[in-house]
Amino acid sequence: MSWFAKTFSSTIGRKIVMSITGLFLCSFLVIHLIGNFQLFKDDGGAAFNVYSHFMGHNPVIRVLEFVLLAGFVFHIWDAVALTRRNKAARSVGYAMNRPQDNSNWSSRNMGLLGTVILVFLIIHLYNFFLPTKTGGLDKVMVDGMMIDNLYIRVAESFKIWWYVALYVISMIALAYHLVHGFQSAFQTLGLNHKKYTPAIKTLGYVFSVLVCLGFASMPLYFFLFK
Amino acid sequence: MAGNNPNLKPMNLTLKVWRQKNNKAAGALETYKAENISPEMSFLEMLDVVNENLAHKGVDPIAFDHDCREGICGMCSLYINGRAHGPEQGTTTCQLHMRKFNDGDTIVIEPWRANAFPIHKDLSVDRSAFDRIQQAGGYVSVNTGGVPDANAIPIPKSIADKAFDAATCIGCGACVAACKNASAMLFVSAKVSQFAMLPQGKVEAKTRAENMVAQMDIEGFGACSNIGACAAECPVGISLENIAILNREYLGAKLTSQNV
Repeated sequence: MSWFAKTFSSTIGRKIVMSITGLFLCSFLVIHLIGNFQLFKDDGGAAFNVYSHFMGHNPVIRVLEFVLLAGFVFHIWDAVALTRRNKAARSVGYAMNRPQDNSNWSSRNMGLLGTVILVFLIIHLYNFFLPTKTGGLDKVMVDGMMIDNLYIRVAESFKIWWYVALYVISMIALAYHLVHGFQSAFQTLGLNHKKYTPAIKTLGYVFSVLVCLGFASMPLYFFLFK
Repeated sequence: MAGNNPNLKPMNLTLKVWRQKNNKAAGALETYKAENISPEMSFLEMLDVVNENLAHKGVDPIAFDHDCREGICGMCSLYINGRAHGPEQGTTTCQLHMRKFNDGDTIVIEPWRANAFPIHKDLSVDRSAFDRIQQAGGYVSVNTGGVPDANAIPIPKSIADKAFDAATCIGCGACVAACKNASAMLFVSAKVSQFAMLPQGKVEAKTRAENMVAQMDIEGFGACSNIGACAAECPVGISLENIAILNREYLGAKLTSQNV
């Protein structure tokens, strides 16, 4: 194996991949959230449809789509590899164990939380992303151009109670995933310093709660007020 | 006098102890009575009393690791009621006293659980994986020659203190036992950062980090999830900051060392 392959198949190497891809996915969440705030604009969905048309057709965004896919693939791949290794490191467990006395629930259940998020992601992509690629959406005229009416799809989906519930539950899972993941990424990258670590931890909490509240507010807004 | 102090009333306890003949045999929790136990005894002294009674009855005594019995050697282990070294913070099992338990309690005692720490017998585990990690780079090579003057190498007090804090690791393995991944990262990080901070250790820092982490992975320990259970259970209070230091030492070494 080359030094490069050795580095990134070691336990620390894989964790470094987890942290870099994790922080990259956090940056995606911010962009996705800010863009989706167009849903709140009271213009019958014109602003949101223009935005989603731009995201679907801008060449830079199209390239970044593949970078984003790679981010997810590496994050999930290494998560599976590490989880398998970690399970194999203790084949006989304790008859009596009190992990709640020394660690947080979310930090011990990142795999479970991540799986909930992955299931959500698949449903989310199937419902909103896939139709934009397969032409399964109604068209709408905006500024003299016929574009996909993704807004209608969103508005209709968020009228279904179980769909809204799925979104809210998934965002709670994402919040717990981020509460541990955000600050943990810095620790894995070796960025632990008494001057900055308290601020990183606070920022991690604020980030997790605000981002997930922001995403959860969209289905709730459509379900309750539209 | 002990007899007049109501707090020193002898206790009767029920123990559920992991018994396993050897590494190959299947093990199980066995129940024993620990009677007439003084609250002033250490946990290990309590086990001594139980073992003496077992020996009188012709039962094989419970095997457990111990040596100095003053919290500095790192030999004693035991997963007591779901916690490494028992319920107290910052103590080894030999420093845990029976007054921390109540008369009539049931206490579950298990060995460290990690595939990298195979069971010798009962509660005694083989921690030589730590020795092999240490031998992979946890030292400073000094060629023979004259004895250097004390204080010839200036080291700031703050750095010396941090290196010393890392060096207090006694290698007991509570970090591995408490970690949900059976990861040895806190141990390895203490050993790596202790040297990485000091001028004498910086010379070999890159190769040390690379080799010790490689050996840690070979031994089959899990990866670090940054849950912090290790530092919470560490009897000498090794800080999680050491793991961050190890991570950056390792990444820096991998990117810049001469070892291809």
